[in-house]
Amino acid sequence: METSFTPIASLAGGALIGLAAVLLMLVRGRILGATGILAGALWPASRYDWVWRVMVLAGMVCGPWVYLGLAGTLPAIDVPASYPLLVVGGVLVGIGVTLGSGCTSGHGVCGLARLSPRSFAATGMFMLTTGITVYFIRHILGG
Amino acid sequence: MRNFLTFLIGVIFGTGIAMSGMANPAKVINFFDVAGNWDPSLAFVMGGAVIVAFFGYRLVLARPRPVFEPIFDIPANRKIDLRLLFGAAIFGVGWGIAGFCPGGALPALGTLDTRVVVFVAALIVGMLGTRMLLKQATARTEQAQ
Repeated sequence: METSFTPIASLAGGALIGLAAVLLMLVRGRILGATGILAGALWPASRYDWVWRVMVLAGMVCGPWVYLGLAGTLPAIDVPASYPLLVVGGVLVGIGVTLGSGCTSGHGVCGLARLSPRSFAATGMFMLTTGITVYFIRHILGG
Repeated sequence: MRNFLTFLIGVIFGTGIAMSGMANPAKVINFFDVAGNWDPSLAFVMGGAVIVAFFGYRLVLARPRPVFEPIFDIPANRKIDLRLLFGAAIFGVGWGIAGFCPGGALPALGTLDTRVVVFVAALIVGMLGTRMLLKQATARTEQAQ
């Protein structure tokens, strides 16, 4: 499945992601990690702690619709994986982010930005295994 | 006001994800497919996000406290352990298989696309299962002591 290189849209979108992370730190003093926010919304520590997470998540799901307003189309979602593979991938991501305390947003954006050694290690590791996995599926299994 | 601003921050994040192409598994997978249909866009997303967050955090963390909270709640753990590396490695395998990461999939959930719903349901199952096993392991260690 080919996709076109979109340097400007991706840089602008990335800047918005970074801006959201900075604003959440400014307003609520929290790291903007999708995994941590979801986990704390599903298994809340307190009602107060639950509310801000649900607010962030409710805002996130509006993102594609705001984008529709700006760009005139919903964002493309092309999924090369079959349903069984989506389930396997989803479960593995769930295990990995729970053990590894974070994902691309928590470690890869917020953690790198605050120069956390754990986040550098985690990001290096998952970029490596993602690359190996994609190479294996695309070029060895030929999927 | 506090909660409305927090909601708006989620909207900014979700819009950024949609604009950047990171809600699109094909685009994510093509970043890693250097030997095939390489699409370097993901590097621009992470680059843009990290640069803004790097400088923004420096400004924000110079304040005595956040606007609506008593303290900045920032992880203090700096130790790189096996659990972190093993978890990150498994996350990468799952990300490579599905093409969705949690930060990409949660905003994409807003479109109610069935494939995103299936991925997020599986993600939650994986998170729940791991939490239960970790809890059991902790209980067993405590019992042994």
